[in-house]
Amino acid sequence: MIQINHVSKIYTIGSLTTTALSDISFEVKKGEFVAIMGPSGSGKSTLMHILGALDLPTSGDYILDKEKVSTLTDNELARIRNTKIGFVFQSFNLLPRTSALKNVMLPMMYAGVSPEIRKEKAQKYLTMVGLADRMNHLSNQLSGGQQQRVAIARALSMDPSILLADEPTGNIATNQAEEIMAIFQKLNDDGHTVVMITHEPDIATHAKRVIYIRDGKITQDKRNKHQVRVAIKN
Amino acid sequence: MEILELITEAIGTLTRNKMRTSLAILGIVIGIGSVISLISLGQSSQKSIENQIQSLGANLLTVIPSGQNSGAVRGAQGGGTTLTLTDAEALMNDTSITSIQSASPEYSKRAQVTAGKNNTNTQIVGVYPQYATIRKIALTTGTFITDRDVSALSKVAVLGATTATDLFPTETNPIGQSVRVNGQVLRVVGVASPKGGTGFNNPDDAIYVPLSTAQKQLFGVDYLSTIAVEATDANKMTQAQNDIGYFLLARHKLRDPSQADFVIFSQNDILNTATQVTGTFTTLLGGIAAISLVVGGIGIMNIMLVTVTERTREIGLRKALGATKSIITLQFLIEAILLTIIGGVVGILLGITVSYFLSRSMQLPFAISISSIVLAMSVSGGIGILFGWYPAKKAAGLQPIDALRYE
Repeated sequence: MIQINHVSKIYTIGSLTTTALSDISFEVKKGEFVAIMGPSGSGKSTLMHILGALDLPTSGDYILDKEKVSTLTDNELARIRNTKIGFVFQSFNLLPRTSALKNVMLPMMYAGVSPEIRKEKAQKYLTMVGLADRMNHLSNQLSGGQQQRVAIARALSMDPSILLADEPTGNIATNQAEEIMAIFQKLNDDGHTVVMITHEPDIATHAKRVIYIRDGKITQDKRNKHQVRVAIKN
Repeated sequence: MEILELITEAIGTLTRNKMRTSLAILGIVIGIGSVISLISLGQSSQKSIENQIQSLGANLLTVIPSGQNSGAVRGAQGGGTTLTLTDAEALMNDTSITSIQSASPEYSKRAQVTAGKNNTNTQIVGVYPQYATIRKIALTTGTFITDRDVSALSKVAVLGATTATDLFPTETNPIGQSVRVNGQVLRVVGVASPKGGTGFNNPDDAIYVPLSTAQKQLFGVDYLSTIAVEATDANKMTQAQNDIGYFLLARHKLRDPSQADFVIFSQNDILNTATQVTGTFTTLLGGIAAISLVVGGIGIMNIMLVTVTERTREIGLRKALGATKSIITLQFLIEAILLTIIGGVVGILLGITVSYFLSRSMQLPFAISISSIVLAMSVSGGIGILFGWYPAKKAAGLQPIDALRYE
């Protein structure tokens, strides 16, 4: 599903060069739930942005669903982001003063899905993340945990091949973080591939596989034999 | 994605962010409104100056008889008796001459005037009613000489402002009083408002009487001292001068213009000054327009740059969710056009209102031109659209993560 082959990312600011990722290779198969861990500055966010086609690697190949993302044009990248990737940001990134429903419908609008189907699907996914009664609330009227659930519904709206979550619990209260992890586990159980970044070890324990990154290199890649299971409370 | 949907999305974004939208519209309103009202103020001033020049009589021609030759002695200019009332009437009634608006036959002579114990030496001017229009005489009180006065040889008089105070120093309203000229008693029917001016032909130091009264009752003459002619337009002065010249030559049965028994004067000095002043004003107007366009344009540019640049993160997000560069650019272009149209319409209305009240409070004639509206709308509107679209296009060209990280 995902293949990262010898990917490097080097930032050049003036005469200063910083290596964020150096020659990383790994693979993620369909149906996996991977947590990428590492201290701040380890390069895990850079890796996530490359996986989400939000940024391009300096060298190396990124292959998603047999497509070589690193060589695509701007418009093809827009299509990949729209249809194959569901991205969940640490800071939610919802459109302000806009209803939960409208936020979830946005990617489908860019895909050209008809307004009726858009609304139907948005309602379905918002119900799934437990926000059936808050669909018409404006994004700024929701709590952090609720906003993140809207963001997850938005990520799911185009039925992407892969769900990417960049510190999804970083900006929300601990009790709500459990809820978010329960949703990801449920989605993974339903067959979604999930890749998540976190620097919190107890969040990482919810995943099935944990990759450790330090100074732009993978230091450890192991199965999580004791996956902590949480169920959605409703 | 359909264009209609994109317009809906643009309207949605504008209405959801009321503060930002109203600030941007305000910027455009002020920009366009100030351009329109500044240009209008300039045009009002120009019109006012032109009116004042017109009131000096820029399109006025005066025909006077040339000096009579008796033997070898050539008389003074204007001393002749060759111009008659029939000349003036023929000139007025000839429909083939299109360059002249109207003509006023006049006979004037200085005389001693008494009113009670006061007396003065002033110009007695025999006139037709059109004298007031052609010479721009306004009255503070009473009425001017009428056609009836002329045909009935009425013994009535309209006093110039200075003459009125000379003869009636204590009266505020001399209407109905009598003045005595050459043994005839005239009743005062009006007083002219002051025009300003000095010297021999001071219009304030004069008494206006019906032409027939002046010719037959006061002075016993049958000729005119002047025919004042108003051209239809200040630009037609030369044509009018030629038309009158040939007309009178033919009437007086003279072949050679060098034998003419009359002289035509035009207000050339006034006209030259008028042309210069108008020219200066046109330049000034251009300057005002240019400066106001720059000022208004920079205001609009700033507000659009700030509001769009502030939305770089939003652009990053939209890209991350799958919007293409062209879709984002198009959405921002639509938003900029909508803002510019709304701001433009309000700005035009504001500009017209402001210039109306400004010109009223400054007692200027109200003038507004379509060209200034078109100029303001196209330049300021163009700037609004350009700076609403360009930064969005730039931001949409960034990698999504760079746009999302934009501070």
